[in-house]
Amino acid sequence: MTPRIHRRDFFKLTGAGAVVAVAQRGPERGMPEEISAWLHIGENGAVTLYAGKAEMGQNVRTSLAQAAAEELGVSVESIRMVLGDTDLTPWDAGTFGSRTTPYLAPQIRRAAAAAREMLMDVARDRLKADRTALTAAGGKVTDAKSGRSITYGELTRGQKLLKMIPADTSLRAAADWRVAGKHVRKVDGRAMVTGAHLYPSDVTRPGMLYGKVLRAPAWNAKLISVDGSAAKALPGVHFVHEGGFVGVAAADERAAAKALEAVKAEWSESPQPSEREIFDYLRKHAGPPQGQGIRRGNIERGMAEADVRLKQTYTVAYIAHAPLEPRAAVAEWEGGKLTVWTGSQRPFGVRSELASAFQIPEERVRVIIPDTGSGYGGKHTGDAAIEAARLAKAAGKPVKVVWTREEEFRWAYFRPAGIFEISSGMKRDGTITAWEFHNYNSGPAGLQTMYDIPHQLIVHHPCRSPLRQGSYRALAATANHFAREVHMDELAQAASMDPLEFRLKNLKDERLRAVFAAAAEKFGWGKKKKEAGRGYGIAGGFEKGLYVATCVEISAPANGPVKIIRVVEAFECGAIVNPDHLENQVVGMIIMGLGGALFEAVRFENGRMLNPRFSRYRVPRFSDTPPIEAVLLNRKDLASAGGGETPICGIAPALSNALFDARGQRLRSLPLLPPRTS
Amino acid sequence: MARVRELLVNGARRQIDVDEARTLLSVLREELGLTGAKYGCGEGQCGACTVLIDGVARRSCVVTVGSAAGKKITTIEGLAANGRLHPLQESFLEVDVMQCGYCTPGMIMAAAGLLGKNPNPGEAEIARALDGNICRCGTYPRIVAAVRLAARRSK
Repeated sequence: MTPRIHRRDFFKLTGAGAVVAVAQRGPERGMPEEISAWLHIGENGAVTLYAGKAEMGQNVRTSLAQAAAEELGVSVESIRMVLGDTDLTPWDAGTFGSRTTPYLAPQIRRAAAAAREMLMDVARDRLKADRTALTAAGGKVTDAKSGRSITYGELTRGQKLLKMIPADTSLRAAADWRVAGKHVRKVDGRAMVTGAHLYPSDVTRPGMLYGKVLRAPAWNAKLISVDGSAAKALPGVHFVHEGGFVGVAAADERAAAKALEAVKAEWSESPQPSEREIFDYLRKHAGPPQGQGIRRGNIERGMAEADVRLKQTYTVAYIAHAPLEPRAAVAEWEGGKLTVWTGSQRPFGVRSELASAFQIPEERVRVIIPDTGSGYGGKHTGDAAIEAARLAKAAGKPVKVVWTREEEFRWAYFRPAGIFEISSGMKRDGTITAWEFHNYNSGPAGLQTMYDIPHQLIVHHPCRSPLRQGSYRALAATANHFAREVHMDELAQAASMDPLEFRLKNLKDERLRAVFAAAAEKFGWGKKKKEAGRGYGIAGGFEKGLYVATCVEISAPANGPVKIIRVVEAFECGAIVNPDHLENQVVGMIIMGLGGALFEAVRFENGRMLNPRFSRYRVPRFSDTPPIEAVLLNRKDLASAGGGETPICGIAPALSNALFDARGQRLRSLPLLPPRTS
Repeated sequence: MARVRELLVNGARRQIDVDEARTLLSVLREELGLTGAKYGCGEGQCGACTVLIDGVARRSCVVTVGSAAGKKITTIEGLAANGRLHPLQESFLEVDVMQCGYCTPGMIMAAAGLLGKNPNPGEAEIARALDGNICRCGTYPRIVAAVRLAARRSK
């Protein structure tokens, strides 16, 4: 049973004051109330907000503070946020899937609104005022009639006010927002520019040692024997061998690395598939399709009704998240209780991993996630946390484990490679009648087509992946959008139609039409004269309630280098919470996405990654960055959705389509450019 | 093996006692508690560990502490003078550059090295000078804007 924050715990954690918690029913009926967020107003008026999310650069610390400040009538700066601490914050599934803004932010608003109302009730009694004459702003309640006011701290002094509210309380409409909807600067920016901000890899504990873990020479290699006697003989070195785990801890990182070098180990390997055969391998190791797939109409009839039929195959490579901060953890055992500071998107998931690894109840494990040096879907697991905890337990001292860049590349997990087989049919006038889409291994996110096609068959085939794979930014939506939107371009070409016109002809969704129109207008789509060596490409899509359209212009002379001249992307995610931070996210995702589009690929042979360094695995740099314009459509009438994933989906297909426009050559595999021969 | 017993860091003489072959980065972080310089790659390819050595931006992950001894080392923690932020620190805040912020100290130090040589760099010069610094969140356009702003302010 997962321990959860209980109402009787609140004041034990915080001392006196006022607490409001948002309670929802658990996932199963009859479960005890489940708290999704809570806040405390202390006797000094300080507001502290507790939520189980992790900050990795999405700026949720700022956007959630804005949500609370909005309802509570206090400044953003006056709110302290406690995030991702399994002893203090409510249980949370994890920070992924663009869920913070649509699901958690409204609950924080509800908690803050309820706290405001509760304080106003107390103020009414204290001031003996007319409730309707009271206003809450600037951290105090003011009586308009008498002009008297009373601060939140005075109202909560010596009190233990507790209110549990249901998760469906009504909220202030986006059109009436005063704090949210506007630019507020990153709340912890000063600590970042002065170097004071402590990331997981910066955490230290008294008496802490540095740990290193022995890695296999290849994926899936088995440990046959290990001899740690030379390592053990070194002064101050702790050597640990438990099952398949071999590691050392020493006073500094260099001493630990030297001790690890002294460990002798024998491994057994068996042959593993290499990069050149990966797509054959995945096809041969495809399992049964996942579920029924998406079926609409009758695919055979749709094909029979078509005048033009097209069949093509697309592929995407494994790519790495390569967060700039590699996996890191500091573990400390004290009186049978384990505390781990680590960088992960799933604090409570890591707690479960630790409890199970050490066979202890979850109550005896505390996981704290200091704001982390990014994740992009790549930090769901607790690998480093378990390693640090093993070493700390054996050494009897706190131990820090920070993965090297090479370890992060080799032993984390990848965005899946995938194969896409698309068969389509259309009328001579460009009306699509049939769409059959098979995705092998890449994953089901963003699988459905947004185009209005009467006959569809869309299937995801999970495969046995020889490489460890997992989530990525927007999951499989990047890959599914690439295949779909390049194929749409091929159909437009077959119909001799403009790619935008062709898409709009087959598209009814108004929100998607709006982003296509906005991007095309800003870009000047169709207005440029055709020049040799210039190409224009467009692509769009939707995922998780978010809509994106991307236009690119490139220079790509027949035998010359490819250069992106400009990118315009329109994006719509409902009511915008922080427009400047959203722009930052959208531009950043285009830049990250152009790496996977143009040059990122995991090179591997027989169980070994061949390019596990930044000198060999190319990621986007300043010199790769084109001028980028983001057009943000603000739909105040729609609920806010999360903006940290979907904007990455448009750039890869738009670039492939632009390359075709420039060179007349269709590129159906990511990355689009051949590896550098240097 | 020779030992290094003193470093000149951020205007102060700091006593240490470490093997000269250790990287400057590990000594700054592990011995002196200056964790602003970050580990990102260990091969001088990402710039997260950038510090100034005698005013020149250097990758502290590939500099041995022995070779830095006796020279003036400035880390991100020493950039603000008398509690006043450096113009680059101000401009990074004003442009609201950061997402995860892990690359930020290295970016600011690399930019400080650039402004030391060229007080008024254009966008292309900034991009060239900082091309060895990686930001995986993709905040490059804002970093260029922030460096330009700091350069204008410093005139």
